[in-house]
Amino acid sequence: MSIPQPLGGPIWTKPFKVFAVFAAIGLTLIAIRFIYGLGAITNMSNGYPMGLWIVFDLVIGTAFACGGYALAITVYIANRWEYHDLVRPALMTSVFGYTLGGIAVLLDLGRYWNAYNIFLPWQVNPNSVMLELAVCVLLYIGVLWLEFLPTLLEKIGFKKGLHFVNHLLFVFIALGVWLPTMHQSSMGSMLIALGAKVSPLWQTDLLPLLFLLSALIMGFSVVIFEGALSAMGFWKPMETPLFIRLARIIRWVLAAFLIIRLSDLIGRGYLGLAFNGDLRGNMFLLETALFALPLYILASYKHRENRQMLFIAASSMLFAGIVLRFNAFLVGFSPRPGYVYFPAATEIMVSIGMISLEILAFLYFVKRFPVLSFGEHQTKTAQ
Amino acid sequence: MSLDRRNFLKLTGGAAVLGAAGTAEARPNKEPSPDAVGMLYDATICIGCKACMAGCKEANDMPIDSNLAEPGQPPIWDTPIDISDKTLNIIKVYKQGSAEVKDREFDGFSFIKRHCMHCVDAVCISVCPVNAMRKNPVTGVVTYHPEVCIGCRYCAFACPYNVPAYEFEKPLGQIRKCQFCDHRLKQGQLPGCVEHCPTGASLFGTRKQILEEARRRLSMRPGEEYEYPMQTVDSPHKHVATVKQYQPYIYGEKEGGGTQVMMLAAVPYDKLGLPNLPEKSAASRSETVQHTVYKGFLAPSLLLLFLLYITNKTVRREQHEEERKQLEEE
Repeated sequence: MSIPQPLGGPIWTKPFKVFAVFAAIGLTLIAIRFIYGLGAITNMSNGYPMGLWIVFDLVIGTAFACGGYALAITVYIANRWEYHDLVRPALMTSVFGYTLGGIAVLLDLGRYWNAYNIFLPWQVNPNSVMLELAVCVLLYIGVLWLEFLPTLLEKIGFKKGLHFVNHLLFVFIALGVWLPTMHQSSMGSMLIALGAKVSPLWQTDLLPLLFLLSALIMGFSVVIFEGALSAMGFWKPMETPLFIRLARIIRWVLAAFLIIRLSDLIGRGYLGLAFNGDLRGNMFLLETALFALPLYILASYKHRENRQMLFIAASSMLFAGIVLRFNAFLVGFSPRPGYVYFPAATEIMVSIGMISLEILAFLYFVKRFPVLSFGEHQTKTAQ
Repeated sequence: MSLDRRNFLKLTGGAAVLGAAGTAEARPNKEPSPDAVGMLYDATICIGCKACMAGCKEANDMPIDSNLAEPGQPPIWDTPIDISDKTLNIIKVYKQGSAEVKDREFDGFSFIKRHCMHCVDAVCISVCPVNAMRKNPVTGVVTYHPEVCIGCRYCAFACPYNVPAYEFEKPLGQIRKCQFCDHRLKQGQLPGCVEHCPTGASLFGTRKQILEEARRRLSMRPGEEYEYPMQTVDSPHKHVATVKQYQPYIYGEKEGGGTQVMMLAAVPYDKLGLPNLPEKSAASRSETVQHTVYKGFLAPSLLLLFLLYITNKTVRREQHEEERKQLEEE
């Protein structure tokens, strides 16, 4: 096992400054939202009461942040320790991804000062998918920080604390697999209550399973995607052999997803809607193509070995997960008649600001904290 | 990934745990309370005067909703285009072709009244995480409670009639919706819209009375004269009118598990903008899926125990090995 090291180097680089500007714009707009209300900077309406912040920042953002989840299953549950070096960077993006998803919800809540009610047992409604989602996501944010704690403690050299946290680490890890299994599926269950308001192309009782599987796919993909980007950005060798083997796992999840998705549509008799030539049909075809392309790429060993192909496959799966979520929540959604929704520029700038914050945190942490370990697997795992 | 037998057993064990709890029973639609209140809107006797809209604004102290005001000038008339956070009740019009004859689908027109339908098995109640939407156990009226509402707007997202409306223009907004004038019912008064209706097009009664009245109207022949009761089903005040050719169907009897506000009209309901809903309520579907997975929290608990068992073994073993290595190095 190679030991993670801080990358070192200056913090105030050019990209860091650019992201800092975007983050500052986002934070300014957030202040406006709290002073003048949601309508001041968003295009949400009573036709589209949920918009970009929920669909992109929460539903898509946390699926993007499932790298920690996917690797925890691989390493700790399936006992594949050769992937252990990938855990820390994945965990870190999960920490920031989920934390920002949680913040996005707080921005989006119309009556945020009442949010504590979700923790009052006598006030909550256990039938609500939203309750399960809110509690689970909040707990998971806490668990992620605890899982990430060893990295922070190692840095400051707090030996006693590190020992204690390591002692309980197995509990955090179990919770860290348990909670996303529940809330990533619940993101799909959320739409079941909408009934006929969601097109039959996406409205199915299997939504929780489809969202869970696609979150896993996105989690694995984001590990490869970020690994490739970090290798390029920091001029370090990429852990290709590990990624190749990871790609072999993804194939099975991908195949399972596509089989369930298509047989469900055929079984309910709605596959025909895909070929209507309208926006919904075409978006469904795009979504399915994005899921099918990586399955084709990863089916051949030659492709899996090829870095570019691997990167393309990972990107395609990430886009597939994004498109699935946009489709189910917005494209397939029938609003109150006469309403259209496209996020306002200010609304988008808040989301960009949040992502910039996440990148700033990532850049800072990999340079100052022992997160990344590079290259030492090249010979060990290439078999 | 090549699985050895031990890992395979572990994974299938986990799957079995998940599967074992997947046997919870489907939750059926909820039934209406025997004393549930009801409202019948009969489009064929509605004259489109919008007195009900004014009555609603007054009864609920709602602001002017003007879409015609000159920029910079105060609004003069209430001119809403749909229900919203400022308008809880609206009369809309359907027009086709030359729109010559009232209550005719082609070359005709019809009015339609829209507000909360007070569903028997309301999805807004099912989805609200903090019980800010509640159904009165006796009257069945669906009320909103801002003091606990977190403003997530899941109710508005899920409502098949798009009724709950959040005040997006306010920094501390709340959800607005028709609450059947619950505050007036408690004082023995009628809902604002019913009290102001001059023809009995909005009619108050129990849900049972309303259903009986609606069935009676459907059984009559077009062209007959009928004494339409005003305000309440059993009112002595009547208004005589000719019976129109009704759609042979009561909207709201079964839609999404039934509603307490019901409609009669001469023009097909989907033309009037009312959604075509299955008899099974969306709330029961959603709760069936949710309960299948989370019944008694059994499956999640077992899954967590199973995960703890495995991580305890894998993580601990790895940690011990590392410690051993470190000791050897020292």
